[in-house]
Amino acid sequence: MSEPRLVEVRRNILKQNDLIARALREHFRAAGAFVVSLVSSPGSGKTTFLEKTLSRLQPQYRVAALVGDLATDNDAARLARSKAPVKQITTGTLCHLEAAMIQKALEDWDLHQLDFLFIENVGNLVCPSSYDLGENLRLVLMSVTEGEDKPQKYPTIFNSADVAVITKNDLSAAVEFDWEAARKSIESVRPGMQIFRLSAKTGEGLQPYLDFLAQRLMEQRALAHT
Amino acid sequence: MHELSIAMGIVEAAMDEARQRNVHVSAVHLRLGALSGVVKDALLFSWEVACQDTSLQGSQLLIDEVPVAVFCPQCKERRVLESVQSFTCPECGSLAGDVLQGKELEVFALEVQE
Repeated sequence: MSEPRLVEVRRNILKQNDLIARALREHFRAAGAFVVSLVSSPGSGKTTFLEKTLSRLQPQYRVAALVGDLATDNDAARLARSKAPVKQITTGTLCHLEAAMIQKALEDWDLHQLDFLFIENVGNLVCPSSYDLGENLRLVLMSVTEGEDKPQKYPTIFNSADVAVITKNDLSAAVEFDWEAARKSIESVRPGMQIFRLSAKTGEGLQPYLDFLAQRLMEQRALAHT
Repeated sequence: MHELSIAMGIVEAAMDEARQRNVHVSAVHLRLGALSGVVKDALLFSWEVACQDTSLQGSQLLIDEVPVAVFCPQCKERRVLESVQSFTCPECGSLAGDVLQGKELEVFALEVQE
């Protein structure tokens, strides 16, 4: 064999995912559906939060959810109680969702019939950050029981998100949650990110967050018609 | 951990380039951004497994780490962050969230032999 030489190449490893994500985003825009993805640690209350979101939006909006789970369909079964269409994506041993999985799961759904689609990612604050799913809004959820410095421990996912929700606020006194420290922690990894503080269980603080979603849906539709 | 599947993606990309050029790859140079969501050590650890039984078996993965660069709204300049835990301008201390660089996950060169 000859002497080794260096050749320049340019290959983005996640290009395939990014291309599918781009096509999905265009598809969502054309259908007038606003798509929100949820990322969080395991146990932060993602499913309860989503269940409440679906049932509170439902009288007024057409909502649906895709749920990523490693092995069980427990989450999908819980969410189905909201009566919204729910589809499970079982990822097996895969620790995150990829754009192609979303595309496949949506094959037989007519997005024109929807206002909001929620995508619940696998409970994991590391791997999902690398994969664009074509969502219009990435929401990172943390609970007061996880500690104020969670954003600093997982800066990449917090930086990749558009909005943060701090839930289980009904427990904040019991765990002496320092709201100002949490706000600073988020601000230091994602300056300017909007933060909602609420309790999915009691419903406290949910309304401003629901109003925010409604506002974003309106904005997306206004853009779609220009 | 998703580094093994990322490593396999890199192997595939490198093999594809090698086939087109009809060469053997002895090393892959990768640009890895601090905000890529991929951990360098886990990726290096996965490399040998990802290369097993492929034409890249025995090859090296060389990682060029790319720090995060942001646009500081105060200085109106591009600034390189010292840490992904603090999106503050290292010069003036203002919060700076406009990311200009740091999400790279890209093969940029191959060491090849005819």
